Formats: sequence, C-alpha cells, structure tokens
Amino acid sequence: MDSLEAQSAGLAAAEVSSVELVDAALARIEAADATLNAVVGVRGDAARAEAAAADARRSAGDRRSPLDGVPLLLKDNMVQQGEPTTCSSRILEGFVSPYDSTVVTRLREAGAIVLGRSNMDEFAMGSSTEHSVHGPAHNPWDTGRSCGGSSGGSAAAVSSGMLPFALGSDTGGSIRQPASFCGVTGLKPTYGRVSRFGLVAFASSLDQIGPIARTARECAWILDAIAGHDAKDSTSIPEPAPRVSDALDGDVSGLTIGMPREYFEEDGADPEVVSCVRAAISELERGGAKLIEVDLPHTPFVVSTYYLVATAEASSNLARYDGARYGRRAEGVSDVDEMYRRSRSEGFGDEVKRRILLGTYVLSAGYFDAYYRKAQQVRTLVRADFERAFAQCDVIAGPTYPEVAFELGSKQDDPINMYLSDVYTVSANLAGLPAISIPCGLVRDLPVGLQLQGRAMDEATLLRVADGFQGRTDHHDQRPPGHLGQAAR
Amino acid sequence: MSVDPMERYEAVIGLEVHTHLKTRSKLFSPAPVRYGDEPNHNVHPIDLGMPGVLPVLNEKVVGLAIRLGLATHSRVNQRSVFSRKNYFYPDLPKGYQISQYDEPIVSKGWIEIEVPTDSGQPAAGEKKRGETPKERRRIGITRAHLEEDAGKSIHDAAVAGADDTHIDLNRAGVPLLEIVSEPEMRSPEEASAYLRALRSILRYIDVSDADMEKGQFRCDANISLRRRGESRLGTRTEIKNLNSFASVEGAIKAEIVRQAEILDDGGEILQATMAYDPQRGRTRILRLKENADDYRYFDDPDLIPLIIQDEEIEAVRADMPELPDEKRVRFQDEYGLSAYDVGVLISSRPLAEFFEQTATACGSAKSAVNWITRDLMKELNERGVDVGELAITPEMLGALIRLVDEGRLTARSARDLFPELAEQGGDPEAIMRVRGLEAVSDPGVIDGSVEEVVGANAKAVESVRAGDDKALNFLMGQVMKATQGKADPTDVRRRLVERIRG
Repeated sequence: MDSLEAQSAGLAAAEVSSVELVDAALARIEAADATLNAVVGVRGDAARAEAAAADARRSAGDRRSPLDGVPLLLKDNMVQQGEPTTCSSRILEGFVSPYDSTVVTRLREAGAIVLGRSNMDEFAMGSSTEHSVHGPAHNPWDTGRSCGGSSGGSAAAVSSGMLPFALGSDTGGSIRQPASFCGVTGLKPTYGRVSRFGLVAFASSLDQIGPIARTARECAWILDAIAGHDAKDSTSIPEPAPRVSDALDGDVSGLTIGMPREYFEEDGADPEVVSCVRAAISELERGGAKLIEVDLPHTPFVVSTYYLVATAEASSNLARYDGARYGRRAEGVSDVDEMYRRSRSEGFGDEVKRRILLGTYVLSAGYFDAYYRKAQQVRTLVRADFERAFAQCDVIAGPTYPEVAFELGSKQDDPINMYLSDVYTVSANLAGLPAISIPCGLVRDLPVGLQLQGRAMDEATLLRVADGFQGRTDHHDQRPPGHLGQAAR
Repeated sequence: MSVDPMERYEAVIGLEVHTHLKTRSKLFSPAPVRYGDEPNHNVHPIDLGMPGVLPVLNEKVVGLAIRLGLATHSRVNQRSVFSRKNYFYPDLPKGYQISQYDEPIVSKGWIEIEVPTDSGQPAAGEKKRGETPKERRRIGITRAHLEEDAGKSIHDAAVAGADDTHIDLNRAGVPLLEIVSEPEMRSPEEASAYLRALRSILRYIDVSDADMEKGQFRCDANISLRRRGESRLGTRTEIKNLNSFASVEGAIKAEIVRQAEILDDGGEILQATMAYDPQRGRTRILRLKENADDYRYFDDPDLIPLIIQDEEIEAVRADMPELPDEKRVRFQDEYGLSAYDVGVLISSRPLAEFFEQTATACGSAKSAVNWITRDLMKELNERGVDVGELAITPEMLGALIRLVDEGRLTARSARDLFPELAEQGGDPEAIMRVRGLEAVSDPGVIDGSVEEVVGANAKAVESVRAGDDKALNFLMGQVMKATQGKADPTDVRRRLVERIRG
C-alpha cells in the first residue's frame, strides 16, 4: 500500500487511517533513510496531529480530495510557516520561514499531510543530489548510484516507498531526471501553472513546481490540487487550471506522437537507453497512436542557452543570502564587505559558487549582449521550434536523460559533462512547456525514463498519453530490489 | 580673473528627482507606507527579501505615473518593463532594486519654469534695484520611471553603538518615481525653479506629498561646465542626496566654483559622485566613476511587462485636476488678476481653491484676492501653516468681505476681527452683532457726533476753516472715536467738511 492511489482508496474505504499512514511512513523513513538520506527533516508530531484532524473530518463526511489524509514530502526549497527551509545550503542555517508557500496552502486545503522535507542539490543546482549540506542522497535501485537531482530526495523517497508522493521543482529537468533515475513518474507543468510563491528561486523564468508519484494518474490528482492562478505570483497563468484528472481515459488512439530526429541522433546517449525508449514509443503506436518524425533544429544550442539564462537569474536571485537578515552570518567580521564575502564564501557550496560567478559574468557590462541577450534570442527560437513541431503532433517523445543513474562521485570533476546531459530536459523549461518522465523499462537493472513534452497549458493531453502508456505497461509498478524495495511493500 | 565663474563658464545642469508616490501600501508588497513609525514595523516578508517571496505590482502607482506623464506633457508608454539593478548594500534586502531601465513608464516631456530673463547669462552691468524681468522657459523631461526605495542604514552611535550599523526597512519598497530632466538648466536658480515647479505639479496632481523633510522628494544634480561659446559638453559630476532647496542651490553653486577652479588651473574634471556639506558650503568627491558600479541590469523575471491601454490613460486624463500653469492662465483671463497676485494664489492648490471659493462666496474676485494676498498670507506666514490648517473657510471670509463691501462693517473692524476668525472660525455677521461692531450708518448718529466734536474743539475748527487738513484729520479721529470706529471714515469726513466749511 505504498502508492497514492492505494492509500487514497484505503482511506476512502476506511480500511486505514491517516494517522496510520503517517506512522507507517515515519517507520519506513526510519528504516530506509539511514541508507538513502532522502529526507532532511520530518515534523512527526505536527503531521500526526494534522492526520488525526483529517481522519475526524473525513469520518464526518468531509473528504476534500484524493490527497486528503495522505502524507507527502516537500522538496526542501518550498517554505512552510514555522518550519526550516535549508535548500541543502549552509547559508540558510537556522532559517525558519515566517510564511507558507502557495503550494503548502493548497495541499493543506486538499487535506494532504506535509510530513517532512526532502534532500536536494543546493539551491536546486545539480543533477545528482550530491551537492547538499546534508550529504548525498542515494538511489534505492543501487545505493552506490545517484538518485538524480536536484529533486533527488523526493524521487528516492517515492521510489523506495517511504511516501506515496512528493513535490519537486524543475528548472532544467530537476523533477524529470531524478524520476527517471528512480523509476517513478515526475511532471513538470507548464510555466506559470503552479504558483512559485514560496518556492526559493533558482532561475525565476524557468522554475516550476510539480509532483513526483508512481503514476501519471496520481500526478494528475496532485496537479489538480496545487495548480491554478495565484495573485501572489505575477507570472502565474491567469486562466483557471482545468481538472486534468478528468482527461485520463486510457486511450491514446488517434493521437500523434512526434519523435525529434535530434533526440535520437544524439551521440553521447547510451544506446541501450535509446532503444528502451524507442520500444516504449512503439508501445504507444500499438495503442493506436501515430508516430511521426519532427525537427527541433535548435536542440544543439539548448544546453548553453539554458546555462546562460539560469545562471544569470541565479546570480541575482541568490544575492539576498548575505548574512544580514537571516541564515548564516560569518563570525568575527570587521566590516560589511567582509561580512558579505565570508558569509557567502562559507555558506555556499562549490556548484552554487560556480553558477553565481558564471551568471554574474553573463550579465556584466560588455558581455550582456554576447551572452544573456543572445541566449534570450535563442530561447525565442527554441520556442518557435516547438510551435512548429506541435502543429504536426500532440506530444513529443524521447528519452528523459541520455543514461541511467550514474555512480555517486563519478561526475563531480566534470561539471560540463554533467551539464551537457541536460540536453533533453532543458528545452521544456526554456519554452515553458509541460513535460513528464515515466518509467519505461530497465537497462542493466536500472530504470529508464520516457519523456513526453506537451503543448503549453495542455497538461491534459500529456497526462492522457502517459496514463495510456501506463495502462498498457507495468514499468511503473517495478520496485527497487533488495531491502529498500522490500521495506516499501 | 573675475570672481564670478559664470562669466567665463556656462553651467549645464540636469536633475534627477526621486519622489515618493502617495499610496497606502508599498510598490510590491502589502506593507503600509507610513512615516515616523518604529523601525522595521512596516515590513512584509517581501520587503525583507525572504526566501521564496515574489513581488506583485501595486496597481495604484500606474495611475499616479500616468498623471505625472500627462502633467509633464510626456509620453505614457504603452509598454514598460521592470528591471533588476544589482548591487550589495545592507539596506537593500534582495541584493537588487526593482526599477525600470531601458523601457520606462514615462518619457519625453517638459515643464515650464519661471526665471529671470537674464538667468544663466553673465551679469550685464548694474541692474536697476527691484526690477527683475522674468520669462517662462521649458525644461525637458527625459523620462520618469517607477522603482522601489531602499531602507535606511543608521550609523548614529547613539542608536547603534559606536561600531555597529542598524538597518530600518520601513522605507524599503516604498514606491518612487524617478524623474530625470534634460541637462537644460544653466544656473543654481534655474535648478531651484525647476524643482519648485516640479514639486508644485506633483502636489497639484496629488501624486506625491513631496515633503523634503520626510525624504519624499530628493534630488541628485548632474553638473558640468563649458567655456562660454563652446558647444561641447564638459565632464560632469553628480551630487547625491540633496534634500532641500537651499542645499540644491548651495551644492550647485559650490560645485560650479570647484569645477571652475580646476578648469582655470588647466586641470581636468574627473567623472565622480559628489557629496555636499552644507555647513562648509563645499562639495567633495565620494567616489570616482572610473571604478563605476556595474549594476548588471536585466528584466525582472518575476514580473511581467506593464501594459497600459489607451482607455486607461484617457480615464486618468478625464480625472486630472487643473495644473498650475492652466490655472495661471485662467486666473489672469477670468479674473483679470496681476501676474504677481496669480503667482501667490497658485503657489499651492489648496490656496488657489480657497481663493476661488472665497470669490464665489463674496462675489468679488478683486476683494477676495486682496484679503488673501494681504491678510490671509500674513496669518499663514506668521503661523507657518497651510491654509487647510486654519479654521477659517472660504465661506467665512466671503461673508466677512460681503459685510465690508455692503458697508455694514468697516474695513478696519474687519481686519481687527480677521486673526480671530482665522484661528477659531465662526459666522462673521454673528460675531459682528455680538460685539456690536456693526458700522454706524445712521446719519443722525454721525451728525450728532460731528456736532459734539465741533462744539468741543473750537480751535481745531478754526484751523480747518483756515485750510489745515491736519486739524481735519484730528477732528475725524475724534468722531471715529466717538462712534467706536464703526462709522465709515469717508462719510465722516464729508459731513465734517460740510459742517465746518459750510
């Protein structure tokens, strides 16, 4: 009973209580997290009290949503009033938020129980959850390997069955890539679909919150709870969000699936991963979907474009961590410049420093036009690529990541190589499109993710295809082997 | 060499004015805008730059910026963009200020200022005393953009301890318009005239209280010198944070002297940011622009472009109050007032409105303007208050003037009564009655007094007969005294002359 669907059904049938689910989740965290390090904080007593209240409310006939009474983890970059938020950074040591993020408010309204916070790469910068003040998180399928990142803790926790679902944030693939590595389903909604208010910003024009769960149907339920316009976020989509869970009919016939030539010619990709993904797409064809080839000609430029935009915005977004008002301030400083220099030098890790430096450079006088402005122009071209492609097809399919989970520590010395692997995921962020990663098989006993990208605002079609695929396959039911997988059952 | 550097050099002056917008809440947060509160009380997580917060534009400022645009004959841009100006300072919580950079909300306009005709020119011989011919000149407005104010750093040892700095973020996020002029002023006096005109407009259109003491209206001045006849601009310096008209004039004067001395010695002006010390009347270099700050401006990805529809501009236009210049023209045409009187009346919108309402109440613009420029202004200046702070209303003053114009109250009694009416208000007619100040107009009563006075002052009467007007004045005084000042002096004089000279 580790899936959201199972727990939700159990609660609805009064076979299990929310308090029991919370206690079971706490027990599994206790059992597995010493190995996985996916969880960085739990609020056991508060969660148990909320669960008891949810039980009382539901037994009085007030069930608010399929999430009502179900525990979850928040990636540790979404704030909750009265709780710490670390972003896996030393610099936020001691910080306790004075306010709730909009997603937390909406999850509460839906009756869900925030049980704790999940491990991540510092300020969401990374693809491995190794850049964390809490230490690296591990992949439940092979604890010597990375669970991906930056929402690695969320994906590992769901994969190992600690909790039925978690929220992640995705700036360049940070929901989809860890979902792919851990064999779970992760959705990045359209930019602006879910409010960013209370999400600690990495790159504001790219950041988007989304769900990680076992199935597309579960992701649809979660999206229904958290999506929709928020007056506190000027970039949130003004139109009301449609209920996407209503769109899932298990049928993919009549839909056209676009396969970008560029995604399947990629030199650096693991051939076994590519053939696994091809096989998965063929399954959609067997379900009645039509496959066509499409072109995304600016694909070779998306990684550099992404790293210019993302680092530029990050260099400005992270300027507030200066030791002056909250978080960690270096001790024994003699003037304000030293306070800034030492607080930031001591507070940020190497990857964050690397990106702040890069972003500062990109925005500097004399370089702005050559880098930042140029990147914005390429971004427009990337968006146009997708508009042309979506004139021919309903969703675009391909690999989520060029390889399966890599070994911890294996990429630490080569950040550029790590960046280049983001080639399939960053486009959706640059273009603001919804995208999902779903498990589509194993390569060398490790999960592979199939990525589907959809039209802006059209999560419904995206989820319909993903749900249709999961109706025809059981990759999403695969559990990690060994005691971590056992603990999950 | 001549003492006045303005004889050799022409000053080129441009001003940047930061004015607080009159809103209840901040530019991007719901925290209140209030002055004089305890430090760090008017703050929201957004103002503190807490992790995860996002700015939301206070829509009220858009209408205010449009007003300023219309009042300065500027273009209100259909699209403007908020940008981030990145720099580290402890009173700047986010590490960047949200401002507008290459796409401001308002651009390309002008306002008119009134300056002496020869302003900015070398002194051309001796001027006749008391004669200052004035002319009206346009000063271009380059742009006006919206931005948030920063907080305050408090270095005061009494508050913060000798080595510490305290931060007050009440002001952080208060909405500002930065209004940038073209470098079209040529003297400290012109700069000051521009500031006064701009402040008057801001107050007229209710966009800002522009109270300099509260830091709601601050000015940076850019100054360069060039030899007279030269068309190329010299290197400019910028004097920061000028918070009074006196300091603006003083700072510009001092900077002109400083630059002229350097140029006279064959030196070079360095591009620099200056500070003005009003005690010593000197400017000094704060920092050179060589190591110019790179603010790394880029569009704020947390905000969307601000789009203003024509209908919105037209709605603001329909709701615009009359501007000072429009009032000036109308007052001259409609009421036939002198330029001087109009200048006094339009100096503030409440005063101009007080005048018009008084004129309506008493039916005579001429009487209203006399009472206001003479008696009311005297009260305002003596008390150092604005017209709204006095108890007297236009209706009261109008009633008082009517009593005088109808001959029911002598001008003298009315003027004696005025300070009390100004302070406490009341119905002039009722006060007149209660005090028994009603003018004596009964010929029998006046003639009776005349008869009495003539009878008792034979010697003076003789002198009057001999043509001595001093004696006549003495007798008049006696009659006025006998009627307790309530008789019309002209009437008394006529009757005395008739009685004595027959």
